[in-house]
Amino acid sequence: MNLEAANRSYSVRARRNHWKVLLQFPTMGIGIALMSMILLLTFIGPLIVPNDPLTVVMSERLQSPSWQYPLGTDHMGRCIFSRLMAGAQITLGVSFLVILTVIIIGIPLGLVSGYVGGRLDAILMRFVDGLAALPEFIWVIAVSGFLGPSLTNMIFSIVMIKWIGYARMVRGIVLSEREKEYVLAATVAGTGTWKILSRHLLPQVISPVVILAALDIGKIILIISSLSYLGLGAQPPTPEWGAMLNDGRPYFQTIPELMIYPGVAIMLVVISCNLIGDGLRDYLDVRSR
Amino acid sequence: MLHLIKARLVQLVFVLFLLSILTFTLMKLAPGDPVLLLLGADELVVTQDNEAALRKELGFDLPILVQYGQWMLNLLQLDLGTSYIKGKPVLDELMARLPTTMELTVGGLIVMIMISLPLGFLAAKYPGRWPDHVSRLLALIGASIPSFWMGLLLIYAFAFKLQWLPSMGKGSWNHMVLPSLTLGLAMAAVYARLLRAGLLDSLSQEYIRAARARGIAEWRVMLKHAFRAALMPVVSVFGMSIGSLLAGTVVVETLFSLPGLGSMGVQAIFQRDYPVIQGYVLFTGVCVVLINLLVDLSYGWLDPRIRQGKGDVS
Repeated sequence: MNLEAANRSYSVRARRNHWKVLLQFPTMGIGIALMSMILLLTFIGPLIVPNDPLTVVMSERLQSPSWQYPLGTDHMGRCIFSRLMAGAQITLGVSFLVILTVIIIGIPLGLVSGYVGGRLDAILMRFVDGLAALPEFIWVIAVSGFLGPSLTNMIFSIVMIKWIGYARMVRGIVLSEREKEYVLAATVAGTGTWKILSRHLLPQVISPVVILAALDIGKIILIISSLSYLGLGAQPPTPEWGAMLNDGRPYFQTIPELMIYPGVAIMLVVISCNLIGDGLRDYLDVRSR
Repeated sequence: MLHLIKARLVQLVFVLFLLSILTFTLMKLAPGDPVLLLLGADELVVTQDNEAALRKELGFDLPILVQYGQWMLNLLQLDLGTSYIKGKPVLDELMARLPTTMELTVGGLIVMIMISLPLGFLAAKYPGRWPDHVSRLLALIGASIPSFWMGLLLIYAFAFKLQWLPSMGKGSWNHMVLPSLTLGLAMAAVYARLLRAGLLDSLSQEYIRAARARGIAEWRVMLKHAFRAALMPVVSVFGMSIGSLLAGTVVVETLFSLPGLGSMGVQAIFQRDYPVIQGYVLFTGVCVVLINLLVDLSYGWLDPRIRQGKGDVS
């Protein structure tokens, strides 16, 4: 069976058995269920509890849960529930934005660097090696530190280091794929470089990139919340979860709920991302089966 | 082995060069004029005269390439500049802060080893049974919990509710317990899984069967024969994740108000003390490359084939 046919039958089989696949990888099922619940809550939450996450009502500070404030209020009288929901949008939105950007930067660079090779490849890879020697987190701290603490600078700094992993991986796959016969056949048949890259090599890198991205999302959420907790990312009063933890720290001893809720929120989102990522890896990575 | 060390040293030089360019560029790009910052820090009235004088003193009136060359020359003489805020050499500050960070790192590693070794062994001894499932669940949680939040929970439980341990600052050994736990726990779960995978892999090898066939006690097979081979992947991942360990120290030091390198870096960012940030980034970069060199060297000890130059190191 040639590769095309194998791929086709594989994807047909995969399409037919969506639900069976979920049963086969229960972790992914749990992850998806958890993530759907979080997303659902994020979108319908503001409809049920129509409080503004930023409105400060000093007369209603540190209240216990009520119908008006399902999780109570924080030290500035803001509705904790509304802030958590708004925080979910920020955290998830920012991390998807980051992942999307690094994929858009990483795939073309990796494809071109791996396929064209030569001096371009050598220079790019030396540069990448040098950048990669510095730990991601330290790098992010340095860049957002020099540019000044803010959400935008943090996003910029994470993108600046994260694309490396994607470019490297794509390049590695291209290096091994371009020697294979189907690429050779395409070259001999006179297919242009652009078409070889987009029609033959790009499909090969998609699923590894998706796996890497799924596994990376959780890490990025942790970086974002850690930096915001340190005060280097989202700034108060932005309802980012890490920033909320930083904001409420003086009150933790008396009202531990201020500390519990955002932390649990971060953990649940990251757990669901990691479960989905692990599941995707098992599912898409045909070799490991 | 030698060519490996040589390659790493070349990498070190290159990394330093790249880092120096990056930090220098970032410093120039950073918002705010350091001259005004410095004058502000001394609470002097900013006049045209003293501004120009300071600019000249710091060499900021020279062309940018000359500035870089000057800065690089100083760097080669281990002169990392002077802190804007404290007025002391950055290198002195780094050296004063280094011991705390090292203590914390060692403490974190001890916690990590003490938890991941038994957990990894149990999971490998009973794969698919409950110790394995427990370790898998812990690994998932360990990889998903923000370390600063775990630290906050530990502080709440042990320092506030139970009042067993101090929650911040530096003093006797018990000040390091909670920070070390915070740093070590998250790593432990991940390394337990790695160790399990490595052990299962090496337990399925021929030489283990041979050892068992010779009637060697099971614990000896595990500890002596399987363990060493299982350490290879663990050590290589450790080398790769040195960065996240150092990142962890930044968060933990800030959380527990420990006077280490990481908290110094964060503080410097808030104070816009650019030479200190720069020194911190450069120093961390050097540490990471050097530790990776050590990790590479340890492969030789773990795998005699590499030591004799017969194995493929990459």
